[in-house]
Amino acid sequence: MVYKPEASDHMDTIQTTLIKDRLLDLFEKQQEAIRGSATPMVNRIRQHALSRFRKNGFPTPQLENWRFTDLKPLLNTEFVFDFSNKSRSMDIEKIFTCDVYDLDTFSITLLNGWFVYKNAPLTKLTNGTIIGSLAKAMEVYPELTDQYFGRAAKVEQHEMAALNTAFVQDGLFIHVPDGVEVEKPIQLINIVNAEHPVFLQPRHLVIAGKNSKMTLVHCDHSLTHNVSFTNTVMEIFAEENATVEHYKIQNKGRNSALVTNNFIHQKKSSNVYTNMVTLNGGFTKNILDITLSEPECQSEHYGLYLVDSNQHVDNQVYIDHAAPDCHSNQLYKGILDDEARAVFSGKVLVRRNAQRTVAHQNNKNILLTDDAKANTQPHLEIYADDVKCSHGATVGQLDPEAMFYLRSRGLCERTARQLMMIAFAGEVVSKINIEALQERIQHLVEKRLKGELSICDQCVLHCNSKEPTTFNIDMSKI
Amino acid sequence: MENESNKILEEVTGSEYKYGFYTDIEMDQAPPGLTEDTIRFISAKKKEPDFMLEFRLKAFRHWQTLKEPEWAHVKYPRIKYQDLIYYSAPRKQPKYDSLDEVDPELLETFEKLGIPLDEQKALAGVAVDAVMDSVSVGSTFKKTLEEHGVIFCSFSEALQKHPELIKKHMGSVVPYRDNFFAALNSAVFSDGSFAYIPKGVRCPLELSTYFRINAANTGQFERTLIVAEEGSYVSYMEGCTAPVRDENQLHAAIVEIIAHKDAEVKYSTVQNWWPGDKEGKGGVYNFVTKRGICEGENAKISWTQVETGSAVTWKYPSLVLKGDNSAGEFYSVAVTNNMQQADTGTKMIHLGKNTRSTIISKGISAGRSNNSYRGLVKTTRNAENARNFSQCDSLLLGDQCGAHTFPYLDVGNRSSIVEHEATTSKISEDQLFYCMQRGIDMEGAIGLIVNGYAKEVLSKLPMEFAVEAQKLLSISLEGSVG
Repeated sequence: MVYKPEASDHMDTIQTTLIKDRLLDLFEKQQEAIRGSATPMVNRIRQHALSRFRKNGFPTPQLENWRFTDLKPLLNTEFVFDFSNKSRSMDIEKIFTCDVYDLDTFSITLLNGWFVYKNAPLTKLTNGTIIGSLAKAMEVYPELTDQYFGRAAKVEQHEMAALNTAFVQDGLFIHVPDGVEVEKPIQLINIVNAEHPVFLQPRHLVIAGKNSKMTLVHCDHSLTHNVSFTNTVMEIFAEENATVEHYKIQNKGRNSALVTNNFIHQKKSSNVYTNMVTLNGGFTKNILDITLSEPECQSEHYGLYLVDSNQHVDNQVYIDHAAPDCHSNQLYKGILDDEARAVFSGKVLVRRNAQRTVAHQNNKNILLTDDAKANTQPHLEIYADDVKCSHGATVGQLDPEAMFYLRSRGLCERTARQLMMIAFAGEVVSKINIEALQERIQHLVEKRLKGELSICDQCVLHCNSKEPTTFNIDMSKI
Repeated sequence: MENESNKILEEVTGSEYKYGFYTDIEMDQAPPGLTEDTIRFISAKKKEPDFMLEFRLKAFRHWQTLKEPEWAHVKYPRIKYQDLIYYSAPRKQPKYDSLDEVDPELLETFEKLGIPLDEQKALAGVAVDAVMDSVSVGSTFKKTLEEHGVIFCSFSEALQKHPELIKKHMGSVVPYRDNFFAALNSAVFSDGSFAYIPKGVRCPLELSTYFRINAANTGQFERTLIVAEEGSYVSYMEGCTAPVRDENQLHAAIVEIIAHKDAEVKYSTVQNWWPGDKEGKGGVYNFVTKRGICEGENAKISWTQVETGSAVTWKYPSLVLKGDNSAGEFYSVAVTNNMQQADTGTKMIHLGKNTRSTIISKGISAGRSNNSYRGLVKTTRNAENARNFSQCDSLLLGDQCGAHTFPYLDVGNRSSIVEHEATTSKISEDQLFYCMQRGIDMEGAIGLIVNGYAKEVLSKLPMEFAVEAQKLLSISLEGSVG
């Protein structure tokens, strides 16, 4: 049996020329379902976000941060909105297993934006770490969710985050108590699998308590080739001296659109590391907004994007140095083939009192064809004088001298090119601190650069068909 | 150490504007306000050909549909365009053959600036076309230029004598539709300079124009047009200082440069309009559109600028590299002090094959000023093998100032290479220590370091200008340089 979303009161197909109005209309009609079990505090934040969305609507290329990224053609689809609670218990391994074979993780799955679990929606590990559904967490630990929810997501500046906040229902919740080190990485698998064009808005909240340590691996996949639009918000709070590592792997179908809004709030001496690898994805916009609110924070951010055909990837990084003695570093690298377009807009703001700041920013692109386009804007805004800030950006092609060197040693042009591209990507891949994951990503990158990677590689069900086809979930087994 | 260095910085950066004096020359002014009548008045006053009036009116009508841009990283009170005076000219319309006939008061003004006209004349043969409040009052070395067929005169004179050249080239690089201030300038420009270098001529002199804003409450709308025909060469210099006035003065100039095949134009400018007092009161608003086009193959244009003045600067000398193998350069030193705000940089638009551009920008911020670099490098699909290198460094003196860098890189083909580098830092304690350890006092050490920092750009200025540039740098950061 094929999973078909049944027609219900909570569902509506909307014409997107008026998508904003319809969304607002839907909100009015289905308030109860949307508000669900959210705490009054969350609903207040929701109401504020809704008013922002009502005022600003979807972002347009007139906005500085969306200059080269136009959502309009993407929104021109008859999306299916589903606000009925579909979080459920099911054996997720039946449909999907991560194939990073040696990676031992606490794995969590979101299917079409809804939480899918084996036993309980919310688990408390022996060390006190809470992992599970955000909706459930709002019921069970309202004091935690109320303290953090919406405190990092800047709905005033980010239109898409406002939209997500207005419609927040479920997503991932993680709380690592003070002093706890989570020994295994926590893995979040975000699967989109629907017959209809879906519009999804998962919401994640990650809290790392004082002196705690955690690693989060976040994978975005789509199992079908249907049109989908995902707009996620992730808030990460790193309390004093906490260490958070966040890996994100995006390997989605050509027809999928993904906007991720990642907000990170860092307290004193905290350490946050992110690494975003975009292997495939029709349209991807990653917003990373980091606030270094207290002294001595470390913040490192890496990104790699390998795009071809007419894919579009936009990485927007904003780092607010609001306190002295913080260090931040950004390195984003990309290889663009065919008619792909990559946008990088980075901004480092160093506030007046943020003395002794060290901030570096680097974006490097390789264009393989004349139709590929790279737009890069590494911006610095500095109001403190005792700082060391630098930024650099390059757009170019493979070094002909290096090419000659490899060719003169008997490598064919194709191999030489691949070798150089793999080395180019290697600078980012080598920054991955989990060995198994690094190996796997290295492998994927190599396959990707050889043109052998399709989204089917990610799935272990290994259907017999060689073609990457629509993948149907057999709901009867669930 | 810290305290002492702060004190010296304060002294260094706290000096008052030295060129603040006001020359009392009678003015012939248009009534304040801007209507089609004002434009007709200006045009009639200057006895302009019909096409010029048409152009002005078209620009004015377009300007009325535009909104003042707000994207620049500067803040200033809104300009009341209807309160400004759009035309003011010295009443005695002088037509001098020699400097002796020039109003002695005017000559004195230039002497106060330290660069008297006659000294200029002697200095390496510089032809000076001095502009005081919009109308040219003296030209020198005309004869030498005439012998080579070079036309160098005021814009109004060119309109009378060479209307066909003006008609052909004016607005071809900066159309009146370009932006808010370009439209305003196109509608009301008072005067400016025109230089035409015929085919194959290497201009024997360095052309130089001194601009000054004089009357209070006067918008200054200069317009410069430089046309370099095939195989020609010219070095053009423009410098400006402005007297102390309490009300903000608007300066919205346009500079257009056209370089044909194998031609080379070197444009250097020192800008030292009055920056306002320590509290940011008064000062000139400098909203300038400067653009050059390398029309033919192997053409080259270079911009060199030293920006020390103006309360608010909004200036992006740009280049369109249209001809194959053409080259563009941009060298800039921008110093901001007290409450000054500068948003300056360049645009390099690569259209032709094998085009090259270099950008070197050095920002120095002191006091409570804000200094931004904003630059665009764009290569289109056809600009094969285009090459750009940009370096934008910022130096911060004091902990109340800001230095910002906003580069935009848009690359549209695979064979072009675009690189951007930037650093922001304060004067290194190590360098200071090194200098002082060798017996140089704090002030001298700061001067040495700042001078060395800007040298890469200052060395690109023509010799005569380099002297003035250093002088201005030292006035802006008193005692630290020279």
